[in-house]
Amino acid sequence: MARTRKGIEVSIAMADAVAQADVDVIAAYPITPQTHIVEHLSEIVAEGHLDAEYVPVESEHSAMSVCCGSSAVGARTFTSTSSQGLALMSEIFTIAAAMRLPMVMALANRSLSSPLSIWNDHSDVMSVRDAGWLHVFVENGQECYDNVFCGFRISEDPEVMVPLAVNLDGFILTHMIEPVIYEDDETIKKYLPPFKMKNALHPDNPVSMGCFGMPEIYTETQMSREQGVQNSYPTIVKAWKEWGDLTGRYYHPVETYKADDAEYCIVTMGSYGETAMEVVDTLRKEGEKVGVVKIRLWRPFPFEDFRRAALGKKSLIVIDRAISFGGPGGPVASELRSALYGRQGAPVIVNYIAGLAGRDVSRNDFRNIILEGKAKAAKGDTDGFTLYGLRG
Amino acid sequence: MDKFSVYSARLVDKTENFTSGHRACQGCAEALAVRHVMKALGRDTIVAMSTGCMEIISSPLPLTSWKVPWIHNAFENSSAVISGVEAGMKAMMRKGKLPQKKINFVAMGGDGSTADIGMGQLSGALERGHDFVYVCYDNEAYMNTGIQRSSSTPYGASTTTSPAGKLSIGQHTQKKNMAQIAVAHNIPYVATACSSYPFDLMDKVKRAAETPGAAYIHVLSVCPTGWRIPTEDAIKYGRLAVDSCVFPLYEVINGEYKLSYKPYKKLPLTEYLKGQGRFRHLTETDIRHIQEQVDRDYAKILKLCGEGK
Repeated sequence: MARTRKGIEVSIAMADAVAQADVDVIAAYPITPQTHIVEHLSEIVAEGHLDAEYVPVESEHSAMSVCCGSSAVGARTFTSTSSQGLALMSEIFTIAAAMRLPMVMALANRSLSSPLSIWNDHSDVMSVRDAGWLHVFVENGQECYDNVFCGFRISEDPEVMVPLAVNLDGFILTHMIEPVIYEDDETIKKYLPPFKMKNALHPDNPVSMGCFGMPEIYTETQMSREQGVQNSYPTIVKAWKEWGDLTGRYYHPVETYKADDAEYCIVTMGSYGETAMEVVDTLRKEGEKVGVVKIRLWRPFPFEDFRRAALGKKSLIVIDRAISFGGPGGPVASELRSALYGRQGAPVIVNYIAGLAGRDVSRNDFRNIILEGKAKAAKGDTDGFTLYGLRG
Repeated sequence: MDKFSVYSARLVDKTENFTSGHRACQGCAEALAVRHVMKALGRDTIVAMSTGCMEIISSPLPLTSWKVPWIHNAFENSSAVISGVEAGMKAMMRKGKLPQKKINFVAMGGDGSTADIGMGQLSGALERGHDFVYVCYDNEAYMNTGIQRSSSTPYGASTTTSPAGKLSIGQHTQKKNMAQIAVAHNIPYVATACSSYPFDLMDKVKRAAETPGAAYIHVLSVCPTGWRIPTEDAIKYGRLAVDSCVFPLYEVINGEYKLSYKPYKKLPLTEYLKGQGRFRHLTETDIRHIQEQVDRDYAKILKLCGEGK
């Protein structure tokens, strides 16, 4: 394929990226809003454009189990799910990370039931926050496409060997038609080496995987996992840098917009970043010294990058897309509060939870959140969180 | 049973692919079954195993009893994991990423993981027709967690969660027939076996491995600990189960039933039940009732195998 720019549905672009990455096994179960990705992949395989095994499993639990099996033999492995699907597979989702089985998942973020809702928020991904996967958030179609390649490159790196989820907002991204630049196959080949798993399951080199651990050894296995996730950070930064050098599109663990001279910032994760930038442009014209901080890398959490962006600001207005019930606020805000705790020059944090289950957060809503948040910060009204737009 | 097999002990491969030193209970006929199955399969095999007795006793990190590549992932998903192993190997060999090689893909689980928690996944893997063998080691309860009932526990057995009591006969439901459920998937090979008949078991494993597509083998695996019998009697009770026709040995090849072994003299059920602690509470009336059920089930199998009177 030659380098082209086309208007295309983001899900299709993502599936095309998976095919360009020469994946060997795809196992998935249909769930909205992920369906277009796997539908298109099964079509690509059926038409012979990608030589791969498409395993149409009977549940998400099996999807992740199949992925564990195929990754264990050293096959490049892809899956995609959302919401209840992630919840159902969560047992094996954790095991995949614990067994250090590389793979890439497109996680089309959707709210968790109940009430049943197919629409977008981050309650699904936050429920597996501590499972040990690497989590990247993207904000447009191009980023989805790009991060499939970066994802495989990072996850399969012998120094990492941890599965990676590309989090894309359901519907807001999955069903959007956007301009996306497709890189040519040569560029992809240059960027993404073949997956070489050291101790893959094979009769020529028998290994035992997934043994059970007595108390004498369990602790050490968990430290090894922690190190694997922590060690992924330099690999991630390097993978994004090299992708940027090849394509001109650079990614960073934490990205900012008009934040350098800002007195306060709005913090987003995922597709909300684009709206936030637009609103900040308007507010800047009105004289507000406001910027945007975007958390792209959620795990491993980029503490240093975040502190560099945040320290010295007066306040941060953090938009969460999920509730930690009975907890200290949204999961992102509570993470950021602890990252800044006790640091000199730490901004105060005002936490909004907005856009649950796809409720629209318009430019005007962003504007309200930013200005109201700024006022709250000035008043010292920074405890807990505000559920934006709550009626009654 | 093939007469040649009966006398061919010396022809059995001496190589152990499931080695000694594991931590199974004394007299465990399930570990014996695994050993025989692994002898039949040979080294060019990848095993995916469900959580359970055999997984726990054979893989305490950093030790392992497995001379073949082996993966354990969770309780219910060995059939899905082996689906991924098979799909991955197939794709990589087809694409030239790995050299071509005939490999046996084998999933193993106990009756709990097969008939209860992992039945949906097994059904999915059989339906998709992956080229694999599923071996269920049926010791008729959750022995690993301490003898709790499963859907494979026979009627009348007392377990820690189906205890016999003033108001209870023990397990009050009928044993789920997994072999028949496998047959209903129209897969090319299904068999029942027992580690008290090792040559029959090994023959069947070889046939299953040679069959392209999905194959299912249900192995009755006597558990002295859970059945409350002396450890030296495991083989005896496997034979009694078969000779009393509680557990008939048969194959279903492409839908055709074939009886593997017909007892010269069908033993009364009491021979099998007496001496097993899990059945000690049963009254004569109870046993008569169970005998009727066994007779009905065995007659059905004979009919399917074309062995009617």
